[in-house]
Amino acid sequence: MAKELIKGNEAVVKAALLAGCQSFYGYPITPASEIAHAGALFFPRLGRTFLQAESEIASINMVYGAAAAGERTMTASSSPGISLKQEGMSYLAGAELPCLIVDVMRGGPGLGNIAPEQSDYNQIVKGGGHGSYELIVLAPNSAQEMADFTRLAFDLADKWRNPVVLLTDGYIGQMMEPVEFGESVGKLPRKEWSLTEGFNMDENLVSSIFLDTDELEAHNAHLQAKYRKIEAEEIRYEAYQCDDAELVLMGFGIVSRILRSVVDRARDEGLKIGLLRPKTLWPFPKDAIREVAGTANKILTVELNFGQMVDDVRLALNGSIPVEFYGRQGGNVPTVEEVYEVAKTHLSAAADVSA
Amino acid sequence: MPKKLVLERPKGFYEKFERKPGDKSNTHYCPGCGHGVIHKLIAEAIEDLGIQDRVIMVSPVGCSVFVYYYFKTGNIQVAHGRAPAVATALKRANPKAIVVSYQGDGDLAAIGGNNILQAANRGEHITVFFVNNAIYGMTGGQMAPTTLPGMKTTTTPYGRDEDNEGPPMKVSELLATLDGPTYIERTAVWDNKSIAKTRMAIRKALQCQMDGKGFSMVETLAACPSGWKVDPKNQYEWMLENMQPFFPLGVKKDIRDERESWHRTPRDNSAEEVSEALDLNVPDPKLFPSEYKKDSYRNPSIKLAGFGGQGILSAGAMLANSAMEQGYHSSWIPSYGPEMRGGTAYCFVNISDQEIGSPTVSHPDVLMAFNRPSLEKFEADVKTGGLLMYDSTIIDVEPTRTDIEVLAVPATKIADGLGNTRMANTVMTGAYLAQTGILSREAMEQTIPKALKRKNLVDANYLALKAGMEFVENQ
Amino acid sequence: MSKILEEAITVVSPEHCKGCGLCVISCPQDVLFQIDGFNSKGYHPADYTGEGCTGCGMCFYACPEPAAITVYKKGAEHDAA
Repeated sequence: MAKELIKGNEAVVKAALLAGCQSFYGYPITPASEIAHAGALFFPRLGRTFLQAESEIASINMVYGAAAAGERTMTASSSPGISLKQEGMSYLAGAELPCLIVDVMRGGPGLGNIAPEQSDYNQIVKGGGHGSYELIVLAPNSAQEMADFTRLAFDLADKWRNPVVLLTDGYIGQMMEPVEFGESVGKLPRKEWSLTEGFNMDENLVSSIFLDTDELEAHNAHLQAKYRKIEAEEIRYEAYQCDDAELVLMGFGIVSRILRSVVDRARDEGLKIGLLRPKTLWPFPKDAIREVAGTANKILTVELNFGQMVDDVRLALNGSIPVEFYGRQGGNVPTVEEVYEVAKTHLSAAADVSA
Repeated sequence: MPKKLVLERPKGFYEKFERKPGDKSNTHYCPGCGHGVIHKLIAEAIEDLGIQDRVIMVSPVGCSVFVYYYFKTGNIQVAHGRAPAVATALKRANPKAIVVSYQGDGDLAAIGGNNILQAANRGEHITVFFVNNAIYGMTGGQMAPTTLPGMKTTTTPYGRDEDNEGPPMKVSELLATLDGPTYIERTAVWDNKSIAKTRMAIRKALQCQMDGKGFSMVETLAACPSGWKVDPKNQYEWMLENMQPFFPLGVKKDIRDERESWHRTPRDNSAEEVSEALDLNVPDPKLFPSEYKKDSYRNPSIKLAGFGGQGILSAGAMLANSAMEQGYHSSWIPSYGPEMRGGTAYCFVNISDQEIGSPTVSHPDVLMAFNRPSLEKFEADVKTGGLLMYDSTIIDVEPTRTDIEVLAVPATKIADGLGNTRMANTVMTGAYLAQTGILSREAMEQTIPKALKRKNLVDANYLALKAGMEFVENQ
Repeated sequence: MSKILEEAITVVSPEHCKGCGLCVISCPQDVLFQIDGFNSKGYHPADYTGEGCTGCGMCFYACPEPAAITVYKKGAEHDAA
């Protein structure tokens, strides 16, 4: 199949349809609307459902219904809309319903602006809704990964009966890059637990309510055991030039692209800088971070916020080496030169420490 | 339907309420509760209509949160007020299922007000049983939108004050004003006659969905003797005295006879069908080798800038597209946000034989300036030793940098000579190709028909490309 | 042993009855009543006087509990007591 030059936001929709996604329940919001536009264009062509719901709250609850019916389903939104979806996401996690939620992050708090930020990290990775639950969180950094991770998201969601979030930003969504799409999945197996007409529905219940205190505790224990398994099996990351790196940069999404250029530039100058990029933000690649900390003297985390993922990096390292932070905000994206200069100051400081 | 000789526990209920803690044969409802009566009528209708294996009951939040204890159907419990949204998707995913949303007045009329309104207006093929007992039961007897004026609840201890909380909401009348719904009736369970009417209305509503006629809802006025603090033996009188004046019974809308019957039909798509629909059946492009004129032209980051409408973004996309077809890594990213609506539109294109890091750079290797503000704004950014190309027809000043290569291209004039000034972008692209050798003319010609939305402009753009290339070659 | 009923009867299951009294109110023949005694849940369950039921079923539909009341119409089979 030939490659297609396509925006990340549109690649998500094509990949979703190829992955057998049967329905898209959306609500417009910049900068995620293009996903809905592409959904409205392509889903009906295959006789599948595209519905613009009355609100973000309605759309996530429609996803709840479609997922309960056993079909692959999705929604897409941006930060303020994701805040509205949080209750529904808690229900989805509680009822263990698989689905894809795309968050094209924008500037906050409040109305903020429509420029790219990464300040939804906490509300997505830390579970912005009520209850102790985890969402599987994938952070693509190219149009190709927008497609690949969409497919992966549906597979992980079904495998673990868990909602999956594609956490991305306006840059990755707006950028056109060559994408090679995979093959269309065949007919997917019916989910035994689902409410599918014609298959003993009266034996099945989709619910997150456990009135009895011991039952709810047991349900939570079951969820936590599942989360530990996911942590053991599903961590994904990319380590670039980390083997001998004295300073390791960390960032996800668009930032990781900038950091890659910083690393290339540093290596041209003979500076030992590497990049560790989480592809899964939950589960978080804690062991990989500890591993690079074996050679590196310092980690510099760069984010489009005032420091969110950096907390997890610090928790992973538990003070073993210094973790620094550099962030831009409000829709400002740091340039390669800017981060390079910051990295250099930390590299010399790191060298001082080691000396 | 043959006349039944025995009236007994309907088969629409589970034989034993296994999901219910404690007593497995009784409901959790208080003595005299209207929910129990309505449950029985629904369970009986499910049995009599022969749809037990097709029904999905949506349990709301409220006293009826445990609907799933009782009905021997598919069951799902949902967030407060969202039952119509959940039911919408359940039905669309399961067109043959009979999807029933069972909701109380707080759930449906307060927190879920918009959800019921919109589902009704979309004419979703679902059935809603709306139990109106004028109070929140489960949460402790608080005011509902349907609470009567003067009625004391735990949140209206002095009685509902219409100046503070407004009058009771008449949901059935409200929804009946919409074009979407098919059948809406308000009934009650306050005497034998009203119960018989409710029984019929429930059947009509389910039949409406079975017949593919669209949205149906039965609002039933029901008793909450505990919440009202009324002895169950007096609840009928209480309802007739207090509820009847505010909530007139009757059919509010019924266009079942006029509605066309239709059902959604889900399709299994073949792999071929999917590729076709997603426009993925594109043959592999042909490779047309080209050679860089200078090594410094290799792996460029290019900034294209001009007025909106000059085809800046599309020229960039065409370049990135053609580079991709020739096996390069490429990226295209537009200027983001409100800037797009200002004077200048710009985009970045990266073409590389290496994986591309940052899609934007502070100092591009190449700047293509299509208007004066772009030249003035971005000239200083061009990397030392880089290439600056500008449309010398439109831009009446000259670049001042001496540490970069400068190429003036009268792109608009050349395009005008070909009959369309809007092809200046393609002329400039042609000039860039000829100057750098990054892509061959054949490669770009292969891309143009795919990239252009207006196919009648393909030939003209071939000419523009050629003219741009010849301008450089003839210098 | 079951027999075909020549007269309708209403059977109340005392353990399923919550004593709300709606069946008593609904009965057009006035042949249902609540007993003075209690069931195990502390309710005064309803009962049939044993005579005069027409099998109209009003009590069945007025009763909020699924299994508290069963109405056997004339001609129905019923286990002979």
